Amino acid sequence: MKSYYSLLLAVVVIIGASFLTPMLNTYILGRIMYIGIMISMAVSLNLINGFTGQFSLGHAGFMAIGAYTSAVVTTWASTHGGSILHNNDPAMFLVALVLGGVLAAVAGLGVGIPSLRLRGDYLAIVTLGFNEIIRVLIQNLDFKIDGVDYIGGARGFSVLPMTTFVWVFITAAVVVFCVENLVNSTYGRGFLAVRDDEVAAEAMGVDTTKFKVRAFVTGAFFAGVGGGLFAHSNYNITPLDFTFLTSIDIVVIVILGGMGSTVGVILAAIVLTTLSESLRSVPQYRMIIYSLLLVILMITRPQGLLGPKTLGRLFKRRQKPTVDPVKG
Amino acid sequence: MTRYQVSRRHIVGTFALLFASSALIWGCKTAGGPAGTEIPVGEFASLTGGTATFGQSVHNGDVLAIDEINAAGGVLGKKINLLTEDDQSKTEEAVASVQKLVNSDHVVALLGEVASSRSMAGAPIAQLSHAPMITPASTNEDVTKKGDYIFRICFIDPFQGQTMARFALNSLGKKRAAVLTDVKQDYSVGLDEAFKHTYSTSGGAIVSEQSYSTGDKDFHAPLTSIRATNPDVIFVPGYYTEVALIVRQARELGIDCPILGGDGWDSPELTKGAEKEFNNTFFSNHFATEDPDSTVQNFVKKYEDRYHSMPDAMAALGYDAARILVDAMKRAGSTDSAALRKAIAETKDFPGVTGHITIDPNRNASKPITIIKITEGKFHFAQRIGPEGEALTPFQP
Repeated sequence: MKSYYSLLLAVVVIIGASFLTPMLNTYILGRIMYIGIMISMAVSLNLINGFTGQFSLGHAGFMAIGAYTSAVVTTWASTHGGSILHNNDPAMFLVALVLGGVLAAVAGLGVGIPSLRLRGDYLAIVTLGFNEIIRVLIQNLDFKIDGVDYIGGARGFSVLPMTTFVWVFITAAVVVFCVENLVNSTYGRGFLAVRDDEVAAEAMGVDTTKFKVRAFVTGAFFAGVGGGLFAHSNYNITPLDFTFLTSIDIVVIVILGGMGSTVGVILAAIVLTTLSESLRSVPQYRMIIYSLLLVILMITRPQGLLGPKTLGRLFKRRQKPTVDPVKG
Repeated sequence: MTRYQVSRRHIVGTFALLFASSALIWGCKTAGGPAGTEIPVGEFASLTGGTATFGQSVHNGDVLAIDEINAAGGVLGKKINLLTEDDQSKTEEAVASVQKLVNSDHVVALLGEVASSRSMAGAPIAQLSHAPMITPASTNEDVTKKGDYIFRICFIDPFQGQTMARFALNSLGKKRAAVLTDVKQDYSVGLDEAFKHTYSTSGGAIVSEQSYSTGDKDFHAPLTSIRATNPDVIFVPGYYTEVALIVRQARELGIDCPILGGDGWDSPELTKGAEKEFNNTFFSNHFATEDPDSTVQNFVKKYEDRYHSMPDAMAALGYDAARILVDAMKRAGSTDSAALRKAIAETKDFPGVTGHITIDPNRNASKPITIIKITEGKFHFAQRIGPEGEALTPFQP
């Protein structure tokens, strides 16, 4: 019950911090918001890849579904608004984001049920294929309602800039809260059991397929919400923003942060985005330096930035063994 | 109890890291202040990624123009400092690039993007901050509708279709046309509609309308239908990948009439291995390296001296975009955003490499089009046609 207070505290801190954002210039604020979106994306993928041990390369596909669904809702509401849903109304944006998440979750269920009997490389290939299917479907969708373009195929879809600092970080806090509480609950041990030893988990009565599907559906929902935030901070989205390379960017964050470590993943999202941004002044060498640093980080920290430990446990390890070595 | 501790630490830790990292970026970016002796001009281009060839060509053109202006003493007594941001061919990076240029580097104007989707991502930010933006090569009509600070110096898609229709009727004297459209490409459909409209209202007859989709390899079915109607000319407004196959297969089927296209044909890959088949084909483009015009020849020479390669249309457009911006600064007498915007909007008959450019009330360019004739795999200058469809040079068959 008390962990709800921490979420509340985080929300208060975020709202407090949002009063400071007018001091930042739009570029830096935009980058901080991008970090927040990547935190939501990476922490939700961590539930699938890190905690449940299912290697998914399709996260950008779920992100695309959320992005386009929410953009369709906000565009429709802003042109047909007036009655219930108004333009720039927070309630409308919330409806759009949740709807994006729900549709992504449905897609997660659709891809999960037939394919989660597969393992490792095979699952990676199926999810990769799913990602490309979604992208190509969007690329071929283009229609007009009352003279307003929707989806826009390869040309791109113009989206209202509605994402704000508060939206991004409250979403990130909710994602972190949900994922952490889920995997730390009695029920959530099932996810870890599937990852650690599928056969043993099955023998102990854990329905492994159900747990995998649940991980996929939950992860996809948050990816959809993150996609909605991404779309509404980007002015114009195209199917090329959601290729499997985007999925790989998120997977890199998860792996670098340490599979199954929420704090590590958050740290990695911050470090990698900042790194990529600070290399902006050397465009020709940017990808070379960035990739080289990834290689070095992987060699020196193969277990991830923080390893499988969480920040809380890190502190405990340092303090407790001297006090109580038996129990630690 | 322990769970509560862990969760709180997580969240507090997250925010500590968040603010630390933001402070880091903040610290890095505020280091350089405005110099006062330089005019900062921003450029965002795809130097890497999927459309790197376009981005690099535009960048080369921009740099050539700016260096030339600085060597001649700059403008308003100051040198121009061109700040380039690479957007890696991603929209999300284009947004970040424009935000950085406008809000951190405080540029007075922006040059950028070839891809219409990325120009449309950057344009709202430029509009919001009242930084005039000139796109060298985004041909989609919606780009300049983003606001009154957004301009383009290339022609828009329908104009190419209209011009090719007039070229077929007036210069080639062909009265019966067939069209073959790529239904998957907005670009192709736009050119096709404009062509059909102008052609049929100016005395020609469309005898056959066929279509294909991007990625198709076999075009015998639509081409056989076209052959049955015996047209005098065929219009194929697609991209070079498919056009290379279409022209080859058309010639195999014995269709030897002229085949016309748009600037999507412009690639050295187009005629590879099919030099003979591409005889008697024409396409519209932004400029031709063989154009006898002295402005064009000067530019080609300077570009070759510096980069040791022939300039393409993107380089020429980049060069013109930068020079039009500087010309507007001169006329405005300041770099104040409102004055600069007004001066760009008033650009009239600017002698660019891609023709005399006038900015129209919709902030689009009104300018001539160059028709290129392909002979033995080589691109030759054939004719220059004005914005109203008038022939500016005689047709050179």
